[in-house]
Amino acid sequence: MYNPTVARLTFRALLGRRRALILFALPALLIVISVAVRALAGVDDNVTSDLLGGFALATMVPLIGVIAGTGAIAPEIDDGSIVYLLAKPLKRPSIILTKLTVAIGVAMAFSAIPTFIAGYILNGNSQQLAVAYGIAAAVASIAYAAVFLLLGVVTRHAVVAGLVYALVWESLIGNLVPGARTLSVQQWSLALAQKIGGGDIVQSDVGLPVAIVLLVAVTVAATWFAAQRLRSLTLAGEE
Amino acid sequence: MTTITIDNVSRWFGNVVAVNDVTMSIGPGVTGLLGPNGAGKSTLINMMAGFLAPSTGSVTLDGTRIWRNEEVYHHIGIVPEREGMYDFLTGAEFVLANAELHGLPDPGAAAHRALATVEMAYAQDRKIDTYSKGMRQRVKMASALVHDPSVLLLDEPFNGMDPRQRLHLMDLLRQMGADGRTVLFSSHILEEVEQLASHIEVVVAGRHAASGDFRKIRRLMTDRPHRYLVRSSDDRQLAAALIADASTAAIELDWSEKALRIQAIDFSGFTELLPRVAREHGIRLYTVSPSDESLESVFSYLVTA
Repeated sequence: MYNPTVARLTFRALLGRRRALILFALPALLIVISVAVRALAGVDDNVTSDLLGGFALATMVPLIGVIAGTGAIAPEIDDGSIVYLLAKPLKRPSIILTKLTVAIGVAMAFSAIPTFIAGYILNGNSQQLAVAYGIAAAVASIAYAAVFLLLGVVTRHAVVAGLVYALVWESLIGNLVPGARTLSVQQWSLALAQKIGGGDIVQSDVGLPVAIVLLVAVTVAATWFAAQRLRSLTLAGEE
Repeated sequence: MTTITIDNVSRWFGNVVAVNDVTMSIGPGVTGLLGPNGAGKSTLINMMAGFLAPSTGSVTLDGTRIWRNEEVYHHIGIVPEREGMYDFLTGAEFVLANAELHGLPDPGAAAHRALATVEMAYAQDRKIDTYSKGMRQRVKMASALVHDPSVLLLDEPFNGMDPRQRLHLMDLLRQMGADGRTVLFSSHILEEVEQLASHIEVVVAGRHAASGDFRKIRRLMTDRPHRYLVRSSDDRQLAAALIADASTAAIELDWSEKALRIQAIDFSGFTELLPRVAREHGIRLYTVSPSDESLESVFSYLVTA
């Protein structure tokens, strides 16, 4: 169910393109802001939580997820090079699972690890905040990678659709319409952070059991559906 | 695994019918799929390659359905028309990756062999995005040959190749056909198909227009009525003299154009007749131009024939 050649091609495509710059830029920004906040404001658990929750988990993690998830397959479908994977005796689900694995790995490396590091810089993991947000970012990365990989298979405008979801739904509507937060990867992963983090600093709108069920369900369903869609992917039929 | 059978296949996209009730069978040897641009050649090849489901009918390889059956790729090699091909890899890395994806026991040796076959070993360590179109085409070819398939499908393989590369690819395909493989390539250029293919399938506007060896197709093409536009010093007298001969079928005096529209049946007879008649009657010819020599009109004649 895992093909090392597909993984190698996907990995090189992800890190070789211009979009890889954003992969480096966003975590670098987070680290720079963290260093600045620590230097200017000193150690403050609430500030730490605001920054990790407001910027890292709410903005950076979904954006990295969009880049890693859609980037793992959408460019190949766009330029037609997916033909070279499809014209092989490979099971379609193994192509999807391999690409998902690479996307998750890249998303975690560029979002969960920087979040964890930023947490340590901000307050030295006081109240377990660095670990809490780091794990939340890692779990969110899995779900985002799966959802945006599916978007990459089903639509030619995967990046735009992904950005709309990440920025408009998760950030904007989530802030204005409380009910929308229940259907948000960000809130589900926050539920996990709330469990790990000390005190009442981290707050989620969703209970932990519901959050875990939804995270698993969305990840599995998106992956399964992506594999199905790849099986009947129609290539450049129109003349 | 050598025979692709297309049985009563139609394919439409929304309201547009791209392939209309086509039945044909592609066996060992080199077959040319000939037709003007937009005739449905790519759609047919995509269905044979398993990249597109037929709307109705079936496409099979020795009785096995091709759509949604990745096992057929053990036997099929594909050279797509599109250019996208992991440009950040070198030629050698690209062909090696293809060999690995096929699960070959010794992918390195297979890639090496395939690159040598297409004479690309000399540039195999350069990145693909530095290649010319002909070089890309040959690396695509190597990736399609790497698992030694019994069926090879090529969509417009000669596009963008220079004459020398073209001859080399033709030799290669001829050799593969002689080895008993099924080689199918599409083209919109008659001469290309004629030089290479022992068997020709013609599609026009989504329909299967003709099938046979190239002599038969050639005869169909040259024996069709030819139309000419002729201007002379005395159109009416020329028309009277020409219609007396059996090689002309119809002549019209076109007043708005101030010219004769002539329909000839016997191509070689008419080309010899026209100057002779003009000379005998002391008529000066100002314009002699064939009015329907475009490939499309040749093809559309074949459809109605």
